[in-house]
Amino acid sequence: MPPLLAVEDLHAGYGPIEVLHGISLEVRPGEIVALIGANGAGKTSTLLVISGCLPVRQGRIALEGEPIERLAAHEIVRRGICQSPEGRKIFPRLSVLENLQMGAFTRRDRAGIQHDLDHAFELFPILAERRGQAGGTLSGGEQQMLAVARALMGKPKLLLLDEPSLGLAPMVAMKIFEAIRKLNQEGMSILLVEQAARMALMLAERGYVMETGRITMSDRAETLLGDERVQDAYLGE
Amino acid sequence: MTSFPLLVAQAESAEFWQTFLQYALIGLTNGALFALIALGYTMVYGIIELINFAHGEVFMLGAFLALTLVLHVMKLDEATPVGLWVGIGLLLLIVPLFCAVINVSIDWLVYKPLRQAPKLAPLVSAIGVSFVLMNVGLLWGGAADVHFPDFVSRHNLLGEDAALSFTYKDLMVVLITVPIMIALTLFVQTTRMGKAMRATAQDPVAAQLMGIHVDRVIGVTFALGGALAGAAAVIYSLYINTVSYQMGFTNGLYAFTAAVLGGIGNIPGAVLGGLVIGLARSFGSGYVGERWTSALVFVILIAILVFRPSGLLGARTREKV
Ligand SMILES: Nc1ncnc2c1ncn2[C@@H]1O[C@H](COP(=O)(O)OP(=O)(O)OP(=O)(O)O)[C@@H](O)[C@H]1O
Ligand SMILES: [Mg+2]
Repeated sequence: MPPLLAVEDLHAGYGPIEVLHGISLEVRPGEIVALIGANGAGKTSTLLVISGCLPVRQGRIALEGEPIERLAAHEIVRRGICQSPEGRKIFPRLSVLENLQMGAFTRRDRAGIQHDLDHAFELFPILAERRGQAGGTLSGGEQQMLAVARALMGKPKLLLLDEPSLGLAPMVAMKIFEAIRKLNQEGMSILLVEQAARMALMLAERGYVMETGRITMSDRAETLLGDERVQDAYLGE
Repeated sequence: MTSFPLLVAQAESAEFWQTFLQYALIGLTNGALFALIALGYTMVYGIIELINFAHGEVFMLGAFLALTLVLHVMKLDEATPVGLWVGIGLLLLIVPLFCAVINVSIDWLVYKPLRQAPKLAPLVSAIGVSFVLMNVGLLWGGAADVHFPDFVSRHNLLGEDAALSFTYKDLMVVLITVPIMIALTLFVQTTRMGKAMRATAQDPVAAQLMGIHVDRVIGVTFALGGALAGAAAVIYSLYINTVSYQMGFTNGLYAFTAAVLGGIGNIPGAVLGGLVIGLARSFGSGYVGERWTSALVFVILIAILVFRPSGLLGARTREKV
């Protein structure tokens, strides 16, 4: 069986500057994979390339064995990759409910959409309470929950999460990580980018460490948690 | 016309209110036209943050197409009332379609290749396109003002001797602009494409991540904006009965002002801005003097920009609308 997502020797950049110098990584069905690294390492860029928002300069991306590196962003969503992006990118003047409906933009199965909406409200009950409120008026934590829930509304095969704990109080971040764990237990495959490396590695099966546009380590998450170099650089010990 | 003390004295009288109402009616009718053009500026800005300076010229070319169709293709004149309404209906189909095609083509040929470039690049290109199209208009219609056949009756609907005048012509403007604005609002609020437009305007990257084909949404926005300019061109030609290669510049400027006044990027704002500009021009020329109207409009604009930089209905924060 091919991996769910296979990224091979990926190069990408902005204008004249290349920021990804040959990234290779894999996500297998049902896994949480953590991608950790310092500021500016290229984690967000990697997710943007996978989602088709930043062009691939060289290399291959395959979803279930099918190449997707030449597809436009909107086609990649249809293939089953949804993202909760860095900075959340909630639609500020759409209501919570409308934001979630936008997440299901590619879908036509009304019953399925309703089912997933109920499920999202179950996962984040606060969103049900706030359903009529404009996205821009939510708190940071609520916006993050909305961003994750919105990505789920696309019924993804693979969920990309870019720093879901960024800027949140520890208690709120814990709630988000709890939800991620629950989703994974239900079978969702997740590629998780995090600066909160310890939390991410505790959730994940496997992890990749990224430095200035390259993958420098990849291993089982437990092994990375115990690794001295990882501890020194990312776990603050 | 009337000096200030006289105006105060007049306020007591019934004539004052009659004149006042008359100016208000004229202002609202003209304002509806500005609003239709302003919508094109505001919708495009809302989506890609570009002031499409060529928009006024698209409107002007629409008026020339209407003129050519009327004179040389349909051969309509004042004496053929039977085909008249059919003719106007056809104009309202063909001209907006034509303007939509021009507007979408401009986007594809000029703005789209510059989508990732610094914002000044498409802006300067828009001014360039505007000059090119103005020259096309010059070649098409010549340098002089051209008379547009006067089909629609100036008969007063309120009675020949009524103090207040509201003609068939005024009614035509209302009967065309109001349904168009209602339809546009419904489109943006309720349809799938309308929702995609709103989402793209608020965050284009997030819109992509929802699976929205952002390039197509931008194309539809240019098409809609162009079509509205085309409809405005038909109404303007039938209402004002003079077309010229410069009409896009002046009316475009008023419409652009209306869009900024209402809060650029904001659809109800463009309609409100259009009506305010129409009223300001009408009251200005009635009470202050025709030659002061342009100055008055821009004084209002500057005042709004100083005290409410985001426009009457614009978002209060500085985020893009
Ligand atoms: N829009 C852009 N234009 C030019 N350079 C960019 C752009 N976005 C990111 N970069 C550069 O690309 C490199 C990788 O950035 P990226 O955002 O992918 O890193 P990151 O690992 O997500 O960092 P962080 O942890 O701060 O989010 C950085 O050097 C950054 O300066
Ligand atoms: Mg990042």
